[in-house]
Amino acid sequence: MADHAAAAEHVAQQFDDAEQQRLVAELGMWVFLATEVMFFGGMILAYTVYRFQNPVAFALGSHHLSVLIGGVNTGVLLVSSFTVALAVHAARVGARRLLVGALAATIVLGVVFLGFKASEWWYHYHEGLVPGVHFTYDGPEPAGVGLFFWLYFALTGVHALHMTIGIGVMTVILLLAWRGRFSPAYHNPVEIAGLYWHFVDIVWIFLLPVLYLVGRHAA
Amino acid sequence: MSIPAHQLHGTRVYALVLGALLFLTALTILVSYVDLGPFNTPVAFVIAGVKATLVVLFFMHMKEAHGVLWLAALAGFFWLSILIVLSMSDFATRGYLPIPGK
Repeated sequence: MADHAAAAEHVAQQFDDAEQQRLVAELGMWVFLATEVMFFGGMILAYTVYRFQNPVAFALGSHHLSVLIGGVNTGVLLVSSFTVALAVHAARVGARRLLVGALAATIVLGVVFLGFKASEWWYHYHEGLVPGVHFTYDGPEPAGVGLFFWLYFALTGVHALHMTIGIGVMTVILLLAWRGRFSPAYHNPVEIAGLYWHFVDIVWIFLLPVLYLVGRHAA
Repeated sequence: MSIPAHQLHGTRVYALVLGALLFLTALTILVSYVDLGPFNTPVAFVIAGVKATLVVLFFMHMKEAHGVLWLAALAGFFWLSILIVLSMSDFATRGYLPIPGK
């Protein structure tokens, strides 16, 4: 019953047992993620309304994005979700080296994603596609294309902010894992940090078709 | 470091899910270059929905999750649906009827 004793010492006094504490931690993260859905939802609604009103302009704007970089970045994030799933698995079975390795891989992949994203933004800036800062687009439907890029920067910017926070969270989890703070009996922080990372991945899964794949067949 | 066989099973499932996610990403990009008339956007969203469902069920462990976690997860989705469906029921139908005097 060594496992049971190890679990008991991590249970805060307001909980009946480790199982209840774990469920409460996960529920707290899911409630937070529900508020995150609404947070991104406002921008998704703005996108839906303006795309409905400017279908041609949104396709024109989308054609200025690189499907190659968007696709590669999607792959990078999906692999990072896989490494997070591995990390949670490693924490559950108490495989510390796998846990540390999977978390390190996740952080590297997150940084690679942000690197590609930053290079895209740099490219848009030089193309004059940043509304309010440097917007020199003079093709058809400039107002609608401006709206598309306004929403593009809002959505990818807030997503990148979430990625940055996620990388910070994973770095803290990595340090704690390195010091051997987690065990099969107690590893709630790994589980809920993982939920957050997967959520940010899901947001990007929807941003790929929403931003990069609009009206591609007509290009 | 020995991991029991039944727990190794989990990592194999994760690898299969990753393979499916990468395949669906390639599929949605390739399909976006095919003219499907009005169906390009719905197909893209169905594929994204399938990918998100795979992540939620397997990577986020909702397959074996307590019902109260499903409640929180579905509440977010449900409220997002209200936000978009009710808003678009306004924006998408404004041209349906003539407005006297306009």
